[in-house]
Amino acid sequence: MNTSVPRRVLAFLRNTWRGLTSMRTALVLLFLLALAALPGALLPQWSLNRRNVETFYDNHPTWAKVLDSIGAFNVFSSVWFAAIYVLLFVSLIGCLVPRSAEYLRQLRARPVRTPRNLERMPHHAAGTVSLSPDEMSDFTRRRLRRWRVSESTEQDGTRTFSAERGYLREAGNLVFHFALVGLLITVGGDQLMRYEGQVVVQADGSGFCNSGTFNYDSFDAGLTVDGTNLSPFCVRLNDFDVRYLHSGQPERFHAEIEYQSGEALDNGNWKPHDLRVNNPLRTAGDRIYLTGNGYTPIFTVTFPDGTQRTKKTQWQPVDTTTMLSQGATKFDRPGMSNEQRRHNNQLAITGLFAPTASLDGKVLSSRFPALRDPMVAVDVLKGKLGLAGSTGQSIFSVDQSLIDSGELNRVARENLAVGETIRLDDGTTIRFDGVQRWANLQVSHNPFQRYVLVFAAAIVIGLGASLSIKRRRIWLRIKPLAAGSNDTDENASAAGGTTGGASVEIGGLARTDQAGYGEEFTKLADELLGSGAEPTAGSSGTASPGRSS
Amino acid sequence: MVNQTLSDLSDMAFATSVVVYILAMLLYFAEFASGKATDNVAENAEPARATVGLGGVATKEPGSGPVVGRLEPEPRKPWSERFGGMAVAVTVLGVLVHAFSLITRGVAVGRVPWGNMYEFGSAICLVAVVAWLVVLYRQSRAVRKPTTAPKLRGLGGFVLLPATLLLFLSGTALYATASQLQPALRSYWIWIHVSAAIVSTGVLMFAGVASVLFLVRLRSENDPGEPGRIGGRLPSSQVLDRFAYRATVLIMPVWTFAIIAGAMWAEAAWGRFWGWDPKETCSLIAWIVYAAYLHARATSGWRGTRAAWINIFGLAVMIFNLFFINIVISGLHSYAGL
Ligand code: HEM
Repeated sequence: MNTSVPRRVLAFLRNTWRGLTSMRTALVLLFLLALAALPGALLPQWSLNRRNVETFYDNHPTWAKVLDSIGAFNVFSSVWFAAIYVLLFVSLIGCLVPRSAEYLRQLRARPVRTPRNLERMPHHAAGTVSLSPDEMSDFTRRRLRRWRVSESTEQDGTRTFSAERGYLREAGNLVFHFALVGLLITVGGDQLMRYEGQVVVQADGSGFCNSGTFNYDSFDAGLTVDGTNLSPFCVRLNDFDVRYLHSGQPERFHAEIEYQSGEALDNGNWKPHDLRVNNPLRTAGDRIYLTGNGYTPIFTVTFPDGTQRTKKTQWQPVDTTTMLSQGATKFDRPGMSNEQRRHNNQLAITGLFAPTASLDGKVLSSRFPALRDPMVAVDVLKGKLGLAGSTGQSIFSVDQSLIDSGELNRVARENLAVGETIRLDDGTTIRFDGVQRWANLQVSHNPFQRYVLVFAAAIVIGLGASLSIKRRRIWLRIKPLAAGSNDTDENASAAGGTTGGASVEIGGLARTDQAGYGEEFTKLADELLGSGAEPTAGSSGTASPGRSS
Repeated sequence: MVNQTLSDLSDMAFATSVVVYILAMLLYFAEFASGKATDNVAENAEPARATVGLGGVATKEPGSGPVVGRLEPEPRKPWSERFGGMAVAVTVLGVLVHAFSLITRGVAVGRVPWGNMYEFGSAICLVAVVAWLVVLYRQSRAVRKPTTAPKLRGLGGFVLLPATLLLFLSGTALYATASQLQPALRSYWIWIHVSAAIVSTGVLMFAGVASVLFLVRLRSENDPGEPGRIGGRLPSSQVLDRFAYRATVLIMPVWTFAIIAGAMWAEAAWGRFWGWDPKETCSLIAWIVYAAYLHARATSGWRGTRAAWINIFGLAVMIFNLFFINIVISGLHSYAGL
């Protein structure tokens, strides 16, 4: 038989789809996803920790290049990682749609008919009761009120009940899997619309407004954010304070901020907020976090012509346990009209700052992170800093190549306590005035976050329902004893089986892998058979150990 | 401030509980070693299981009704069973001392007693041992017993073995003196997130042990000629498989919740709810492995042995996440106090 090409293509597509949406594929893809995420946990990632990646590059240059080229330092935005989860979710949706349809059909269907041979069921019990079949049926109906029941009467007067329970299990399972899809979509949407800005603020009442990206030291945003429609608010930092334990371990970071958003922006009202770790400020749909801190040594330079300049530039902690910091405070010489000369007469004060000084000879280090005995160890550099125009120059250091080329020269090296001064040979004096704190604030905007949370909650609830609810069935066959059927054994008659009595056979089956139906079945069977009944000795139910309990 | 007296008391109780657990473990193993190896068939024939009470009256085995006349003294239990009984009693004692250690640590520092690796390790083991006692207790009350008490107790030593190892490791290499928490950890979320994570890890540890024993038992069942020194004395593979499955199923929502609560905490503390921090990533990996386990149980050809291996792998990822990620990999979770 020749099958036409289109048919073969169709068959191929159908088979591929079936394969993709099968349980086995889901299993394999889940494994692949776990495997693919592993390098993301084990290797340093560009997005998380640039410095560690660079260290890795230094230590294993060839390996690093290979790993980087396959995206191992960028796992979560790599093509192969995306491929796996997209496939998984296609498979998931392909699996969910027919399952939902099937579930809806089941909801409307009646429980399956009572099988002929209940003894074969994993759970089984039998006995006789003194109730008449009618009474027994009533009793059963009452007892199975919370089950979905279907009843029928066979020709010989035998009543059968077929009942099922636990439909919510599948509902929970579907909710869970759909919520996974919802989670993926909302997280994806969030990625497009989010933004995050970092800004250093001096703890002297300085502040910033979320009015444009230029107010930030760094800004990172999703594709749809162009920086024009940021949520409007302003923040200022009045005071910042860290409490340390004796061991030097920080006990509490605490930033006193004030903010205004919404209408307050127009009427100038500032509202206070206690910004702490674990207590961000939530306003105008954004969140403001305290993510870092450090010290700002304050220097005043008096130039030979008498003009004074005071600068507060944040220095960067190099050791967070002692808060030993490094940085560069840079000055332009004022009053120089010639651009060229001005650029060749710049000053930089670079070096180390210790909040609690400890001197070994002239070498400064810090003994404690709090401000107890502040001191700086500085090099004063004079010459060309290349402030203007040179992109990528760090505010924490000077351009080493300018020193190497002789355009920038060291003119002094001193340790200064607060209030001490250096005089340079041209008459310029530099005074270390004191110290101020700075804090790093992070502004985050994640418009989809709350929907992500809703789906996450649905995941937990769905999973809980799906794993705790048992889908189970029970069947009863009630035969009138008087019918004199050969089922009636002597014991039952001896126990006083009146014409009203009935023999009852019960079977049970848990439809899912969920162990744990046995106990419930036993209890239920006991109750049903115990309704004015005598047990049929010898015909006790046995459940195979694998399925029961 | 730290209350030194209480914290010393806590350390003493901790050391004592390790010793008590080791004693319990030896008793379990003593019972296990002196017990009889039976294969699966013999166990299936046990009458206890067939006792489905009908009409509310438990069906009695023949001859077990009231005897009239001279009563025979109850036969003394064999030594092995008495070891088992003692083992359980000693385990309970160990749990009490252990719990006391955790509570005094918490009171000494005025915070939750799970703020560093030492405390996690200790708390996880406590949960694992309690999970074991719960299984024992439920078993003793069950209407239909899938296995006999001595056989069930055979698991005890194997549960306590990793627990004491982890405790020992926590008390030595990972030990941290009682101290305050760093600011990032001062949040009510530590109650919610960390306790959920601890309970999950402890219970999953029990599940993992059950899966390992399942594989051992299965080997001996598949080789009927030789029941096996260890395998033959364990409960049937079905029982072990069910322990593993039920423990995992019970705890999976809790573990899911723990991860989500972690994300909510991260949103408050670190400025984002998910950032692929190594610990977050590894927790997700463990979660996916357990999801794979549940799928495997529903896939023909994957039930049984393969599912058990996946469960063991899941535990391996959990343990890796607990130790390696906290200690070796630098991430935001490296607060371990090491
Ligand atoms: C995004 C990836 C997926 C994850 C994280 C996931 C997770 C889970 C979890 C945790 C369970 C256990 C809950 C329960 O047993 O009710 C489960 C069950 C289930 N999943 Fe998935 N799943 C995924 C994809 C899929 C796919 C693609 C399919 C279809 C082929 C599927 C079909 C099922 C079925 C049928 C069950 C019920 C198993 C049972 O009754 O024990 N899942 N899933």
